[in-house]
Formats: sequence, structure tokens, C-alpha cells
Amino acid sequence: MPPATAKSAYLAGIRDGWPFIFVAGPFAMLFGVVAAEAGLTLAQAMGFSIVVIAGAAQFAALQLMLDDAAIALVLLAALAVNLRMAMYSAALVPFLGAAPLWQRAVVAYVNFDQTYMTAVARYEAQPEMSVAERAAFFVGVSTPLVPLWFGMTAVGAVVGTAIPPEYALDFALPITFLAMVGPMLRTLAHVVAAVTSMIVGLALVGLPSGTGLLIAAACAMVAGVLVEDRVGPA
Amino acid sequence: MNYTEATIWWIILALGVGTYLIRFSFLGLIGDRPMPQIILRLLRYTPVAVLPAMVAPLVVWPDATGGQLDPARLAAALMALVVGYWKRNVLWAIGAGAVTLYIGLYLTGRI
Repeated sequence: MPPATAKSAYLAGIRDGWPFIFVAGPFAMLFGVVAAEAGLTLAQAMGFSIVVIAGAAQFAALQLMLDDAAIALVLLAALAVNLRMAMYSAALVPFLGAAPLWQRAVVAYVNFDQTYMTAVARYEAQPEMSVAERAAFFVGVSTPLVPLWFGMTAVGAVVGTAIPPEYALDFALPITFLAMVGPMLRTLAHVVAAVTSMIVGLALVGLPSGTGLLIAAACAMVAGVLVEDRVGPA
Repeated sequence: MNYTEATIWWIILALGVGTYLIRFSFLGLIGDRPMPQIILRLLRYTPVAVLPAMVAPLVVWPDATGGQLDPARLAAALMALVVGYWKRNVLWAIGAGAVTLYIGLYLTGRI
């Protein structure tokens, strides 16, 4: 049934968004733990989760900071991880481009993987939704997730330093990244991009922190597009 | 980590502003104007292009073992990737990787 008003669209958003608490909660806690292990204060860990509010980029920045990489490289690598959100932003224009600026500004803050995918799926299924309903739905999806993201970061940061090194928390980050990459390998082009990234990344590991990463990422993106040209986007 | 307190806060702020601008970009500023197709196509591959290059050295040469290849960590990494691909679910993959890591550490007598 199509939502009749912005309010019911908002409630529908909450209904569609809440299952993601099982992803966002543990992931935020893991960030808090890794941040505390890395030596960040509780306030700094919270700063990351509130100001940046992007899991993969927060982990990426932290990893490079552990290597004492140059600040420019920390920023470049973490922002590169977030570049996919430019694509989300572009893809939302046909649905939300006509909303008032303040609404678009709010949607931009909570535009991350789960909200974007959930919202676009609903917009496509219900083309009759008004622009106001779409904006309300988007914010609804984010409503259970954002406070949880902040709160669980704090929990992780507080308990994190109490966990001894035998528990191999150093490896929480690689496992999390690989767990995120797995579901992204949807087409041959994505697989080739990932393999290219890995090989070039390993080959250039001797370069200053973050430099090899950027070269590897550029090679991998080009490789993905080249394969797509050959076999088409599956 | 050897940054000053102030530097860490600058990194957080700059990253926050940059991330927000990326999210706001098209929706907020560019509106309905079309963007070059090739840019959109390259952007599709950013996550799979960045993350493996970042993770691969951590898997092959972990700091915790002094840069020695560690079968427990290697197995955990592969398991996270394979289960993520198979289940299409990040949490399942993290769980599988963690369980594999602890089994590996246990079998090699480290926990």
C-alpha cells in the first residue's frame, strides 16, 4: 500500500531500516574497539562516528593513521573509499532533486550504503510516492541506525582497551574489510578490479604509506571499466 | 600512532567535511545536470578497488607476527572473503572469519 502522507512514509522507512541494526551495531562497536586499541580517545572515536559517519572510511583512515601516514594520504585514501557515495548522490537526484535544500542536506548526511539501497528499492517499487514522502522515507530508514552507530562506537571505545592482545584484534580490521568486499563481487569486472587492486597493492607495498594504495586503486578502477567494455556490465 | 591531539581532530574534521561534500555533491549542488559517463563507470569500482589493496599487505605480512605469514590469519581472511561472496552478508562473513581465526590460533597453541 502506498504511504498516504509523509508521516506514514517516515514510519515505513523505520520499518524497512531497523533490520540493519544487526549490521550497524556490531560494526560500530568494532570501530570503537579498534579505535581504542589504536590509541584514540573516546571523544576522538565518537568524533569519527558522528562527523564522518561512514564505517569503511573510518576504518581506512584508522589503518593509515596506525602507519603514521602523511595526513594528505590518510584523507585521500579514506575519501576514495567514500567516492561511491558520489554515485549514490547522483542516483538520488531523479527522486529527490526537487526536495527543499534543507531536506536534501539532511538526506546527504544520512546517505550511506544501507539507507541508499533501501530507499532506492522502495522508490522504484512505488513510483507514485511524492518527493516529500521519499525524503521522509529516507530519513525514516536512518532513524534506528544513526543513534545506534554513535552509541555502539562509545561502547566499543570504552571496552576496547580492556581486551588483551591474544585475542588478535589487530585482525578485526582486515576481516571486516574482506567481509565487505565479498558481497561486492557481483560481476566479473568487480572481481578483476579486486584482484588487480590486491596484486598492485602487494607489489607497491614498499612505497610510502598510502601511495601504493592510491596507484593500486586507480589501476583497479580502470581494469574494472576495461573488463566491463569487453563483457558488458552483468 | 604519532599524531598530536590537534592533528587527529583536524583529520576527523577534514574527513567529515570531505565525506559530507561527496554525499551532498550531486543531490545538493549539481542537480539534474548530467555527468560524464566515464566518471560514473569508474566510480562503480571504487570500493572493490581500494579495499583489497589496503587489506592484502595486512594479510600477507601481519604486524602482530612481526611480518611473518600466519596460517591462522590467512585462513581467516580467505574465509571472510569466501563467506561474504557466498552469503552476500557482511555479518556472516565477519563471524566466519573470526571463528576461523580463533580456531587457527587455538590449533597453533596461541590461545
